[in-house]
Amino acid sequence: MNAAPEVPQAERRALEIDRVSKFYGHFPALREIQLGIAAGSTVALLGRNGAGKTTLLRILAGLSKPSEGSVRINGADVRKEGTRRCIGVLGHGISLYDELSAAENLTLFAKLYGLAEPEERALGWLERVGLERVRDGLVREFSRGMRQRLAVARAFLHDPDVLLFDEPFTALDDRAIAVLQQLLNDAHARGRTIVMSTHQLREALALATHVALIQRGQLVYTGMRSQEMLDDPGYLYRTYGDN
Amino acid sequence: MGQFFNATLAIAAKDLRSEFRTKEALNASLAFSIVILVLFSFAFDPSSEQIAEFSGGLLWMVYAFAGALVLNRSFAREIHNDCLDALLASPAPPAALYLGKAGANFLLLLVVELISLPVFGLFYGVRWTRQLGWLLVILALGSWALTVIGTIFSALTVNLRLRELMLPTLVYPMMIPALMAAMTLTTDLLAGTAITGDNLTWVRLLVAFDVIFTALAVAFVDTVLVG
Repeated sequence: MNAAPEVPQAERRALEIDRVSKFYGHFPALREIQLGIAAGSTVALLGRNGAGKTTLLRILAGLSKPSEGSVRINGADVRKEGTRRCIGVLGHGISLYDELSAAENLTLFAKLYGLAEPEERALGWLERVGLERVRDGLVREFSRGMRQRLAVARAFLHDPDVLLFDEPFTALDDRAIAVLQQLLNDAHARGRTIVMSTHQLREALALATHVALIQRGQLVYTGMRSQEMLDDPGYLYRTYGDN
Repeated sequence: MGQFFNATLAIAAKDLRSEFRTKEALNASLAFSIVILVLFSFAFDPSSEQIAEFSGGLLWMVYAFAGALVLNRSFAREIHNDCLDALLASPAPPAALYLGKAGANFLLLLVVELISLPVFGLFYGVRWTRQLGWLLVILALGSWALTVIGTIFSALTVNLRLRELMLPTLVYPMMIPALMAAMTLTTDLLAGTAITGDNLTWVRLLVAFDVIFTALAVAFVDTVLVG
């Protein structure tokens, strides 16, 4: 398989990344990234530290603007209110308030997403991630694993069409990994589009339908995830990366 | 419009709940304003005529500095755990996020002001209730001016290492017209002078300042937060 400009298409494109570059001063964090991601795909965004994965995910999530190029999600600008409604983001931080309870955190985001019956929705998700018994506990009193599960619930709370996850498996305990894998599998089965950057190659490749490899801000490989990659997760780096 | 209002309320309620649980900014701000008022009271004779002349200036200097302690925490609170990213990724309009935060800051500032005002009256021998209605209006207008400027600059400086220094450095020069109006009007009101004629110009200036800077902040907050 050679470096290709696009992930192979099934039908409708959920994400279109058109010649996106990002410069911090004169430093090019991303250089002319061109990528189309079909609806329903699960894309593992791979690359070494500093390759530009987080920068690309932040641009996809509308948290940063590209210096050049554009990003469209479901055909619309990423900063449009309607577009943001259909994106679920899980970044490096848990994005939860330590001084609020688990239920208060999820209810807040349910309200910001304009969901009906926000309290019920929050409680439903607390049950799904196994935190219903600590619903009124403050997040600052939670263990790391509990905080991560709550963060996962926040990202899935509004049943988004497109999930953008930055290192979702990092620092998760076994239970949180199991919860996340189950939710990602469910989301994929329901036709959601998932883009996740990760260093945990085995977990990511087990879930992915497609793979994109970024190296020093450039996309050097995109394609279907192959059996070869599953058997030998280091294959991609050895073949297309600079080691 | 309903969703905008709901998001604004949700953010304001979240900020107030967080603050009343930790009391980080509120305690610091209250302690600062009361200590400054008490310390300055030792420097002046409470029966002196001078007090009538500088009362408004002293009060608003205290409110402005105490306000910086509240405003500094406003967006800094969102940096911990990358909460700001989740807010910006949500469909809540940035203007709603801004107005929710500004609303919470405004209420916190008013709490500090309304607690320190009787302390000022006690230590300086000033009867501050003589024009209470107008005094409350001026407190509200001046506090909104401080809040609207301080909250947008809190957003602008949130990622700076020296944000505690940068915020007052940026806010106070912008605040000069509003502070002048609030100081002049407060001095007059504490002296028992009614708001008429010339004074109304200062009230109009304060209202215009609030309206113009609220509109500008709401228009540019998306650029400030996302770039």
